[in-house]
Amino acid sequence: MLQSWVIVLASFLYLGILFAIAWYADRRADSGRSLIANPVVYALSLGVYCTTWTFYGSVGRAAASGIGFLPIYLGPTLLFALAGFILHKMIRVAKTNRITSIADFVASRYGKSQLLGGMVTVIAVVGVIPYIALQLKAVSNSFAILASYPDIIMPAMSGAVPLFQDSALYVAMILAVFTILFGTRHLDATERHEGMVAAIAVESVVKLVAFLAVGIFVVWGMHDGVGDIFARAATVPEVARRLTTADSPATYGTWGTLIFLSLFASLLLPRQFQIAVVENVDESHLRRAVWMFPLYLFLINLFVLPVALAGMLHFPGGTVDADTFVLTLPMAHQQEALALFVYIGGLSAATGMVIVETIALSTMVCNDLVMPLLLRLPMLGLATRPDLSGLLLEIRRWAIAVILGLGYLYFRVAGEAYALVSIGLISFAAVAQFAPVVIGGLFWKGGTRDGALAGLAAGFVLWAYTLLLPSFAKSGWLPDGFIAHGLFGIELLRPQHLFGLVGLDEITHCLVWSLLVNLGAYIGVSLQRAPNLREARQATLFVGGAEAAGISTWRGGAGVTDLLPLAGRFLGFERAQEAFARHARQRGLKGIDELPADTRLVNFAETLLAGAIGSASARVMVASVVTEEPLGIDEVMNILDEASQVRAYTRELEQKSLELTRATAELREANARLQQLDRMKDDFISTVTHELRTPLTSIRAFSEMLQEDPKIDLNQRVRFLGIIVSEAVRLSRLINQILDLAKLESGRAEWTVAAVDVAEVIREAAESLTVLFAEKRVTLEIDARQTGLTVLADRDRLMQVLVNLLSNALKFVPADTGHVKVGAGALCVPGNPLRGQATAEEVRVTVTDNGPGIRAEDQEVIFDKFHQGAGTADVLTDKPQGTGLGLPISRQIIEYFNGRLWVESTAGAGARFVFALPRQAGDNADNAVSLQAEAGGVDLKRSGRK
Amino acid sequence: MSHRILIVDDEPNIVISLEYLMKKEGFQVAVATDGEVALQLASTFLPDLILLDVMMPKKSGFEVCQALRANQALVGVKIIMLTAKGRESEVAKGLALGADVYITKPFSTKDLVLQIKSMLA
Repeated sequence: MLQSWVIVLASFLYLGILFAIAWYADRRADSGRSLIANPVVYALSLGVYCTTWTFYGSVGRAAASGIGFLPIYLGPTLLFALAGFILHKMIRVAKTNRITSIADFVASRYGKSQLLGGMVTVIAVVGVIPYIALQLKAVSNSFAILASYPDIIMPAMSGAVPLFQDSALYVAMILAVFTILFGTRHLDATERHEGMVAAIAVESVVKLVAFLAVGIFVVWGMHDGVGDIFARAATVPEVARRLTTADSPATYGTWGTLIFLSLFASLLLPRQFQIAVVENVDESHLRRAVWMFPLYLFLINLFVLPVALAGMLHFPGGTVDADTFVLTLPMAHQQEALALFVYIGGLSAATGMVIVETIALSTMVCNDLVMPLLLRLPMLGLATRPDLSGLLLEIRRWAIAVILGLGYLYFRVAGEAYALVSIGLISFAAVAQFAPVVIGGLFWKGGTRDGALAGLAAGFVLWAYTLLLPSFAKSGWLPDGFIAHGLFGIELLRPQHLFGLVGLDEITHCLVWSLLVNLGAYIGVSLQRAPNLREARQATLFVGGAEAAGISTWRGGAGVTDLLPLAGRFLGFERAQEAFARHARQRGLKGIDELPADTRLVNFAETLLAGAIGSASARVMVASVVTEEPLGIDEVMNILDEASQVRAYTRELEQKSLELTRATAELREANARLQQLDRMKDDFISTVTHELRTPLTSIRAFSEMLQEDPKIDLNQRVRFLGIIVSEAVRLSRLINQILDLAKLESGRAEWTVAAVDVAEVIREAAESLTVLFAEKRVTLEIDARQTGLTVLADRDRLMQVLVNLLSNALKFVPADTGHVKVGAGALCVPGNPLRGQATAEEVRVTVTDNGPGIRAEDQEVIFDKFHQGAGTADVLTDKPQGTGLGLPISRQIIEYFNGRLWVESTAGAGARFVFALPRQAGDNADNAVSLQAEAGGVDLKRSGRK
Repeated sequence: MSHRILIVDDEPNIVISLEYLMKKEGFQVAVATDGEVALQLASTFLPDLILLDVMMPKKSGFEVCQALRANQALVGVKIIMLTAKGRESEVAKGLALGADVYITKPFSTKDLVLQIKSMLA
């Protein structure tokens, strides 16, 4: 007989054995002979992934959708088989940073943000509660079914049972007590629980053996092998349907979703992170686990389909819940012992999950939620309390009780509306929200705290709205109107068809929206700013891997006298002293007293504390003694900023030194340029003074001569006075031009830019020189008939250029036979491709003379300031009078209006000065003629020109 | 016997003034407006003193000075550098190349005449 007391006794006996195993493993661990330092144990403990969902739910799922139960196991298989490098990296990073939980991991990655840790904790707790409810439901149901043996009666609706007759409540309470005993006996520096891991490994064996036993009984005890079951199933159409794969395209989508979900769940669920990462003893164990864990998953699913089919054949018409086939099939065949074993297997699956999950969650709640809050409340005086280790344990114990309480509450609220598997998937979708910040944080240095906060918050809100709230509504605890008609009656806001997205099952729908928004917000907000120093430092530690670890992050030091009491407050004095003694031995010192007050000791203390209270809190606490500041969060944060700047400082120094080298080179170059400019300035001044002194010399000499000898004859006197006047004129012209050139070169010249008719300017310039030309009897031919030659220029400046060119020509042509011709025309030239012009038009003005011409080597230097072209003048009076500044000034002016000024000449054959200016748009293009035809056919003889 | 003076300058008005001054003092005067002509005249005209400008076409006064001092036939000719280039480095250069006196333009006509007379005395 299987009376209730037998079942209860068996349950407690089993839990007692587990406890004994855990106790023994802890003893062994304390004495340094770890029981779990073994890859097989590690792989088995990973089997905590298989909960009652697997144990009971897989068969139920198979009965509903054939091999639709498989993707939940394909995901982790893929992860371990193909993406082991992610796990390797996570373990390595977690070990070097003494990470205690997934919340700690995320908080630490994004600059040890307490806010972020708190948020991950909240999401994890809220997200995982349905999953815990699932375990409670499974255990209490299996108990109720087994207790009614030999009858097979489905348990009543959970909500219908009065609270204190609800076995689930007692299951929750017992599990809470058991978990507290298991997980919170003492605090450890690494937050590792050897005993728990050993117990979990044993539980994995128990549930696997139990399931295999049922499978073997069903296949070979009830039937004649697998073939027999399948053959019989094929004859019943309703059952045979389960042998085919998905029957609609959407179902394939669901497959993808489930594989994706379970892949991340097996990495990011708090208990998976706890077992796979935190409790990992040796990274190398993972190498064995990558095939052993998938093998475990394979074995535990081996008999799912046969059992499901057999159940459907045995209990036709759906009178028995398929989730219970594992238990009810042995019962129906009076296999009491097997049924009890199966019940114990289910209990294993449930307790394993609940213990690890709640311990992981309670650590997170304590380290990342409650302690940061309590430390901020000065009225509690926690910062000054000598021993906080008791308080930490107390908080964790309460957290375990509250989490299980919430799980029970969810079970009462929503437990009946969903099958086991569906409840689990809600949790999976919640923890999938961690994927972007965790995976992104491991491989992308650009993620920031704000990005992580935004991504998590957005994903969580969408998850709650599209999945969690509907689960309440379906259970009747919320009005379900908003599911059908959307929030506030807005159709687009229907939670399960958000923004009109239809055709997906609710999990896929939730996942698409929540992860899309999550990822978008994470990346989008992260890109808003570059990571700050602290984020960048953590990014290097996480993305860069272990090689970046070991960097001292504390500038100052603190002694044992400060750090030991601090560690003692959280760990308990004895444990802290032991740890410090161990550290001293590792450093080759005799005892704690010899430990120097250096950064290494501070880092040791920080990692020690991080193991107990999380990295973010540990940092704050250590900061308080290292700087001997009274603990005020603000001050501490400032110190933290400074401390983390030290490393960045080194990098900055390197950068600075690089920059300095570059700057030195630039300065050297600039200096060379300056020296050259200085030389040029000296030369210029020297030239200018030379040019000024020359007319001054004549003026002084003649004046003195006239002054000394009043009896000079009149002709002589007139001649001398004439020279004085002309040299004075030359001197003032020179000064004016120097000033003008200086103004042009420095850009201080004032310009009045307007559309100017070139022909008009030519006529005006020619007119102003008529008298001079007439005096020397030189003919001036003007070809300015063409109208509409408009350019953008300063009229007076253009006039200056023309007068300069004309008087130059006049200066060099011979008297009487001299001939100067000035003309203007338009010309098509290749346009500026940047402005999309194929061709452009320019106005060209030419001044042609029949003077001596200019040698090729002088044709460019005549545009230099004060340049004196080598002349052949052998008669005194032939020396050309000029300042040597007219052409440079003219060129400056023309180039200011985007034009060019040059000379075409062969020595002895006259010279032709040409300037070209862009033609003002809107002119009559027909006026364009080729100036090339107008070659200077003038006979010229001389060279030498200023 | 009146002394011979060679004026070398490319500025017509300066040449006019120097020529007038020297003739008034009773010297025989020859004029060259560039360096090459100056060297030719130096060996044919055989001056006692040369007034030499620096900035000239074809050959600078410095080059002319150097060439004169290299010419054995012209030992003893006095050279006065008369130039608008007044930088100390140029003065030093002129003296180093063999000029006896370096006078910066604009100059005092009275001083110049006194200087020439004392040099030829």
